[in-house]
Amino acid sequence: MLIDIFPNIGKAIRSSTNQFVDYLIMNFADGFEAFSNFILFFLVKLEKLLRSSDPLIILLIIGLLAFWASRKLLLSAGMVLAMWFIGTLGLWEQAMQTIAIMLVSVVIATLIGIPLGIAAARSNRFQSTLNPILDLMQTIPAFVYLIPAAMLFGLGKIPAILATVIYATPPLTRLTDLGIRQVDYEVVEAGRAFGATKWQILKGIQIPLALPAIMQGINQTMMMALAMVVIASMIGARGVGETVLLGLQRNDSGQGLIGGLAIVLLAIVFDRITQSAGNRMQSHKNQSN
Amino acid sequence: MTVISVKNVTKIFGKNPNQVLDLVKKGMGKEQLLKETGHTLGLHNISLDIKKGEIFVIMGLSGSGKSTLIRHFNRLIDPTDGQILVDGKNVLSLSIKELEAFRRKKMSMVFQRFGLMPHRTVLQNVAYGLEIQGIPKLERHKIAEEWIEAVGLQGYGHQYPSQLSGGMQQRVGLARALATNADILLMDEAFSALDPLIRSQMQDQLVELQEKLQKTIIFITHDLDEALRIGDKIAILKDGVLSQIGTPAEILTNPADDYVSAFVRDVNRARVLTVDTVMKPPHYRITTDNMERALAEMHRKGHDYGYVIEDDEYRGVVTREDLAQEVAKPGKSPSLFDYADDSSTIVTGHTLEEALPVTLDCDHPVPVVNDEGQLEGVLHPEEVGSALSPEPTNQDDDNDTLPSRAVALEKKAS
Repeated sequence: MLIDIFPNIGKAIRSSTNQFVDYLIMNFADGFEAFSNFILFFLVKLEKLLRSSDPLIILLIIGLLAFWASRKLLLSAGMVLAMWFIGTLGLWEQAMQTIAIMLVSVVIATLIGIPLGIAAARSNRFQSTLNPILDLMQTIPAFVYLIPAAMLFGLGKIPAILATVIYATPPLTRLTDLGIRQVDYEVVEAGRAFGATKWQILKGIQIPLALPAIMQGINQTMMMALAMVVIASMIGARGVGETVLLGLQRNDSGQGLIGGLAIVLLAIVFDRITQSAGNRMQSHKNQSN
Repeated sequence: MTVISVKNVTKIFGKNPNQVLDLVKKGMGKEQLLKETGHTLGLHNISLDIKKGEIFVIMGLSGSGKSTLIRHFNRLIDPTDGQILVDGKNVLSLSIKELEAFRRKKMSMVFQRFGLMPHRTVLQNVAYGLEIQGIPKLERHKIAEEWIEAVGLQGYGHQYPSQLSGGMQQRVGLARALATNADILLMDEAFSALDPLIRSQMQDQLVELQEKLQKTIIFITHDLDEALRIGDKIAILKDGVLSQIGTPAEILTNPADDYVSAFVRDVNRARVLTVDTVMKPPHYRITTDNMERALAEMHRKGHDYGYVIEDDEYRGVVTREDLAQEVAKPGKSPSLFDYADDSSTIVTGHTLEEALPVTLDCDHPVPVVNDEGQLEGVLHPEEVGSALSPEPTNQDDDNDTLPSRAVALEKKAS
């Protein structure tokens, strides 16, 4: 070959990225640690609470939550049964650890995802800038950002939460954006015509009417957070993901299966509860008969 | 007193409205503008004045710019050029804060597809404007209850809009607009989405409420019958340009151009025109009480009948024939005031439809009397006939291209 049509940019990116990460570690280690400790504080509290509580109380809370969300006795009983089954698999402690990580991740994803979705709904330009970033967040392999994350925050739960948030936020942002854009324009116009401020329109009209879509987004975020537990366990987050990982490492198919079953059961429980809550929020649509 | 004054308002939709404004001012038409610059001319040089307490109807077909125009009054849409004065104040100079206050207090709006908030109950919907104003819950719900009752929806306060029929939903929309007690009511095709029967009920209710409330109402419609039925003044809009502004009678009897006349051709004139617009002055009044003298005068002037007036008050009609017979009878003639036949009269303000049976029954022009019993004029059967048939057009082929067909189509569609 006479001329190389591929100038080596990869090398440059690689070394500058490494330099950048080194720079961050050198200069902002304290900041990252403070941030890490801040989140860890909540996570540890929640995890302790869940693990130290009597499983009966947790089962009761799951049952009540399911009933509050769905107003269906059978479904609530089913949810309690599913949680009980996780206990019978011998994975109760691990399930509580996983729930704690999942809940903290979902809260962070909600705090980031919903405002981003609202901003995207208000500006076409912002939406078209944000979209490729969301695509990137959903498709780039988690290990790519786990390497620097582990370097910045150390191994353990925080990089796991970070990975989960990056992976699980985009659907919430997209669904919030879509939900707000789909609110009947005439209703928004009515708000404007009566002199409502932008904030009053957002709070009183757009968010309430987009709530079913937002709930769907939170549901998706939870599901994706649960899908991340095995990867999260690879960098030291414990929980049911670790059970699967151990099964893989020890060539123990049975252990892999019970870990997998526990993840599926958790997913079912949280999916049904959030779905029912979302459905009940649009009850005004179903009351006509 | 003028409440809203629109001055030379032009609205251009597109990327750079201000750049193409000059072209429009130089007279470039809507189609040419779209073809050459990709901009849509929404409104072109609209000027109109709306007086306090009147129902001002803006009518036009879809795409005529009527919904765009009404959104200029409360600045849901800003004009590209021109001025909008409300109570003498230029609303275009308002800051966002002032504009919000203006929308809260001065104007309220009713929407074509109701614009109700599906997640709020009827009561919460009606109270919405008050909630925005920051009025405490108890007070705003009390006011809302009153308006719910005023539009005839008592008992529905805790239902959701989706549980109500279209007509009831629009009553909620109307109650919500009235609850803020704004002087000006904007109604954007408010009744167009309703069934014909419900629509005419709502029109009646609006006219009834208006008699009590005396608001200034700007009403948008594509239905000329509706415009004529409720409007004190009608502005006809075509392709963003005003064709004519006038009272219903002016529009019907004196259409400004071919477009308007094609529009009014299909209208049931009998239901719209009142006797006042068609009546003529009585050709012969008799003011004496004396039969002989009256008969002699009729002979001399050659009249076959006359209208008897006593001190400004109408007493009846007599024919020369009857009068001659009565005078020929032996004995003293009775008072002409008592003798005159006052059985067939029409009161001013009645429509031709109401007047038609009486007019056809009578063998002389029917007297038209006002509320005080004074003779205002007479109604000739032939005048009624010609008022009811629209002006003859030169070419019958015109029918196919003119908007009467479009109206019929749009009526069907809606």
